[in-house]
Amino acid sequence: MGSSAQVSGEPAVQSGKAIRFVLDGEVITVENPQPTRTVLQFLREDLQRTGSKEGCAEGDCGACTVVLVELCRDGNALVARAINACIQFLPTLDGKELITVESLAQDSTGLHPVQQAMVECHASQCGFCTPGFVMSLFALYKAGDNANGSGKRPGRREIDDALAGNLCRCTGYRPIIAAAEAMFTRESAHGTGNSWLMTPGPGGTGLAEKIALLESLQRQQALVCGEQQDMFLAPHGIPELLACLAENPRSTLLAGGTDVGLWVTKQYRDLGTVVYLGKVAELGRIEVTATHLELGACVTLSDALPVLHAHFPQLDELFRRFASPPIRNAATLGGNIANGSPIGDSMPALIVLGASLQLRSQAGSREISLEDFYTDYMVNDLQAGEFVECIRIPRPTGSELLRSYKVSKRFDQDISAVCAAFNLTIDAGRVTHARVAFGGMAATVRRAGQCEQALSGQPWSDGTVQAAMQALTRDFTPLNDMRASAGYRMQVAQNLLRRMFLESEGVLTDTVYDYGRAS
Amino acid sequence: MGQPLPHDSAHLHVAGHATYTDDLPEPRDLLHVAVGMSEVAHGRLQGLDLEPVRSSAGVHSVLLPADIPGRNNFGAIVADDPILAESEVLYAGHPIFAVAAHTVDAARKAARKAKIEYEVLDAILDPVAAVSAESFVLPSETMTRGDANRTLASAPHRLQRRVRCGGQDQFYLEGHIAMALPQEDGALLVYSSTQHPDEVQSMVAHACGLAAKDVVVICRRMGGAFGGKESQASLIACIAALMAQKTGRSCKLRLDRDVDMIMTGKRHDFVIDYDVGFDDTGLIQGINFELASRCGISADLSGPVNDRAMFHVDNAYFLSNVHITSHRCKTNTVSNTAFRGFGGPQGMFGIEYAIDDIARYLGKDPLEIRRRNFYGDNGRDVTHYGQPVEDNIAPEIVAQVAADANYEQRRAEIRELNRSSPVLRRGIALTPVKFGISFTSTLLNQAGALVNVYKDGSVHLNHGGTEMGQGLYIKVAQVVADELGIAVSEVKITAADTSKVPNASATAASSGADMNGKAAQAAARKIRRRLTEYVCKQFSVSEHAVKFAAGTVRVGEREFPFAEIVRMAWAERVSLSATGFYKTPKIHYDRDTFSGRPFFYFAYGAAVSEVIVDTLTGEHRILRVDIVHDCGDSLNPAVDLGQVEGGFVQGAGWLTSEELCWNEKGALTTHAPSTYKIPTCSDLAPEFNVTLLQNAANREDTVFRSKAVGEPPLMLALSVFHAIRDAIATDENPAPALDAPATPEAVLRALGGLAASKEAAT
Repeated sequence: MGSSAQVSGEPAVQSGKAIRFVLDGEVITVENPQPTRTVLQFLREDLQRTGSKEGCAEGDCGACTVVLVELCRDGNALVARAINACIQFLPTLDGKELITVESLAQDSTGLHPVQQAMVECHASQCGFCTPGFVMSLFALYKAGDNANGSGKRPGRREIDDALAGNLCRCTGYRPIIAAAEAMFTRESAHGTGNSWLMTPGPGGTGLAEKIALLESLQRQQALVCGEQQDMFLAPHGIPELLACLAENPRSTLLAGGTDVGLWVTKQYRDLGTVVYLGKVAELGRIEVTATHLELGACVTLSDALPVLHAHFPQLDELFRRFASPPIRNAATLGGNIANGSPIGDSMPALIVLGASLQLRSQAGSREISLEDFYTDYMVNDLQAGEFVECIRIPRPTGSELLRSYKVSKRFDQDISAVCAAFNLTIDAGRVTHARVAFGGMAATVRRAGQCEQALSGQPWSDGTVQAAMQALTRDFTPLNDMRASAGYRMQVAQNLLRRMFLESEGVLTDTVYDYGRAS
Repeated sequence: MGQPLPHDSAHLHVAGHATYTDDLPEPRDLLHVAVGMSEVAHGRLQGLDLEPVRSSAGVHSVLLPADIPGRNNFGAIVADDPILAESEVLYAGHPIFAVAAHTVDAARKAARKAKIEYEVLDAILDPVAAVSAESFVLPSETMTRGDANRTLASAPHRLQRRVRCGGQDQFYLEGHIAMALPQEDGALLVYSSTQHPDEVQSMVAHACGLAAKDVVVICRRMGGAFGGKESQASLIACIAALMAQKTGRSCKLRLDRDVDMIMTGKRHDFVIDYDVGFDDTGLIQGINFELASRCGISADLSGPVNDRAMFHVDNAYFLSNVHITSHRCKTNTVSNTAFRGFGGPQGMFGIEYAIDDIARYLGKDPLEIRRRNFYGDNGRDVTHYGQPVEDNIAPEIVAQVAADANYEQRRAEIRELNRSSPVLRRGIALTPVKFGISFTSTLLNQAGALVNVYKDGSVHLNHGGTEMGQGLYIKVAQVVADELGIAVSEVKITAADTSKVPNASATAASSGADMNGKAAQAAARKIRRRLTEYVCKQFSVSEHAVKFAAGTVRVGEREFPFAEIVRMAWAERVSLSATGFYKTPKIHYDRDTFSGRPFFYFAYGAAVSEVIVDTLTGEHRILRVDIVHDCGDSLNPAVDLGQVEGGFVQGAGWLTSEELCWNEKGALTTHAPSTYKIPTCSDLAPEFNVTLLQNAANREDTVFRSKAVGEPPLMLALSVFHAIRDAIATDENPAPALDAPATPEAVLRALGGLAASKEAAT
């Protein structure tokens, strides 16, 4: 237990300390929630709602998957996305709708089409992962509805992508994939009380009411909860955020929580006061200017990657192998960058694209190139009271030869052994411009200067590539760990450059990632 | 019978309404328990300062070995496994103390606060070092037939190799958990996620100084087990029970994922040396195996696991002259335990590797060599432990899957394709499985059941088997419903409970449905006989005139609802409750000479897998799988199909992406899904064709002539491993030295593209 949370179904007078969210059509008010209590703990321990399971407490197995519904930032619409309840802090639910596996069926005879398809396809064995799969499939089902009559059903690739964050140890997945295909053709036995769940989408029954309800929960002033040294502060705009950071210089910044959550659930750390960035409107901005893509630091990966993909389709495989849907739905691009892990998957590509960061503090704004941001292992150039405001990526020139490759033990939902990115300009058979960056090869993600030098000005040829591969040994002295040995990392880093060359020569067209999988 | 009914809990699973141990309503007095573990792989405890633990917020009690009133042991076969380490810690993760607190978080935070001083001792961290040091948990064993050394010396061809196959974490999605509730007069009620409630009962009783009658263990279902909750569940249950006994309050111990993976046993990794002699046709003339497995710190189930490895070094092949040495290595790593296949996969890994090598040496299709060595007639029909192979259907199954998969044509096409595709290369392999069914310890092959028929005609079913997702409960319910001629929905499936059916064996060795199905059938049959006798007397008809079917009882020309006959019989004081018992027939086995008939029968299967490998990174994908598997006459084809598919994918994980790593200090570094990678959805082959063998009645008298299906399909995944090896073999490197798991790194190393060894590094 450990929470002093008082739960009631009645909308309370809005106070700064209570959060309100929708569950099964009712507004739930939790008075002064403990800042780092997870949504999963709240469900299982406080509500005795035990359908959602803990399998790993780190967002890697998906047994805790629930769906969050939020108002779209712009416009009269809702977005429903799967997230990992095990690492999502309870106060972040404020103003949203929470849908759990219990929400879908009021009783065992009124199963949702997703659930019905799972039963009919024999898609559960031990059943422990099943609620999570149901919720990920429900999100996919909703996405299908929102596609709004396009008639395109997800193929094997889309199903795999949607389920990349859910582990099943019993079935081998075949019947779950069958259920994902079958669910769109199943009618539920009878409508449940929550008709929005059943017939959603723009104009769907109850949509306007749902939007109105969520709008009524949006607070005017910042959420402040917790006690003393362990506060949860959710400022609404940059001025408030700056004031907040000035008052709480040692606070922990929280965005998607897909790493910070683990500090609590795995390391049992006390975070002190948490400043939540998810309500800072300016940080959710996405803008495409004449010269740049500008992504606010708190744009989720699920929102950021499609924008990047539209301009850099060469990064498709990287983006699909980047974490999993529930992680991408919570995690932010700014979080991936500011966290600064040497194996963060966004940075090699962003560095070779020449991305820069706009940093903000009370002193004002400054811009720093991403490659200069990292100074040492998990250390960056952020000063006290400073935060990443936005990521600026130059628009494609159209002449770049761009590739990024991720190599890991498993294709999906794995952490890179090596993540490579190459951005070359080749003019008349000669490399005129070379940017090469790697993750997993050093204490930070960084450029490979020797390799770049070996490429620059040279003919784009096998000989140059050989020399540049050799140069990598002067750029990096990688580590041995459980993901890969130093020798493997170096060899693969070199081979990925070769792969790029072979692709540019048309010798290779595919990686093995999508082999045989229909989209 | 034989209906593809959904899992009995499917509608509950999908709605989140299926109750697992952690979902049970918590008693008001509940305390949460966490375990303090050794940080070193081998050491003597010098100082144990638990004051910071006791004074940590929310802490109620601390449990130490001195608090254990009974035996400080949970080792069921050999009493060498302390619940809490006393003076010497033997692996990084060894439990030293437990702490109870008012919340889960408080207990776990407190457990980390102990200040422990160790005298660090030398640690043995791998099986090879253990063999050198003669560090064993049990004596080495040998099995011999003929004269392997003589035939090896005279064989036209001879190959030797050392191969390794990794261990594997069970990675059940529900971690270990137990909740113990004090009862009147010092008794205990224990909810445990366990495959073996009877053993949990015994171990808790021994530890708490109670008689078995004072301990009740209940398990409705597990969120997966795969062997990992056979012996290991006792450790968790004992700690919860001891703390409950000490505090007089209900206590729950739920391991978080990391602790679960660090503290509980896994599949044994093996180092296998073989020396094989063969003729020009690939016929094996003699073979020597030396098997060394990582058993960890104690015997646990390592004896029977390694025995089974020895039994399965033949797989489907007749080995005329064979000598096997098996070392059960004591290492300063967690004590390894049961995992689906139970040594069988590792034994088969060795022989399939040897066969593949023979083919590659002779330049022949490995399938040809496999066929050349199959069991057959004329003296080629007895295993190396003296059991006649009476039911050999491997050749037929292999022929069927080869035809279904179009193996020969595809193999030729792949070889052609690879000529023009040096970077992305494909490979294909067909491997068979022959797996012995029964516990090799004969006494374990017994089962009990309890069937109660109530006055309204509804039926309560209980048996010694546990439900871990494998569909045992629906299968046994189908058997009972069939026996009584009623709908399955009339049969209430209930939790495994040591107070209903005593002395039950573990639900293991694939034997759950075979044994509990027969026992439940026997119980139901007793009741049907009593009802029949009553009806015969009441209506003056002969037995032949009475039929139980479709919820009715036909008596001559008349028909009564089953419930009506039941009610009438009850009114005439007929007993409507019965126990059933079953012991597997025909089996006998002398452990001293390793000879006899340890297995009631064999289950068979065969698989063809095709893969594509990126030779620049070592990454690979399974493209197509074809399987034909033998379930006898299936009790429930939907459930059996699920076992075959799931077992195969789990086996593919073992052989490809699932890698256990320890650092130089002996600490496991892969202890969560972020670092330990079981297959995900996209790893399933895009083309995945699984067929259950038809008209396949078991020649032995099993329940409805079905066959066990839990373990055998896992080993079908050896086809994936050999397909990868096939893909990376070239004229220059025809027999690449690929170890399992075939991670991208292992593949690149086998391709010759890597100098540095990873072992020294991790």
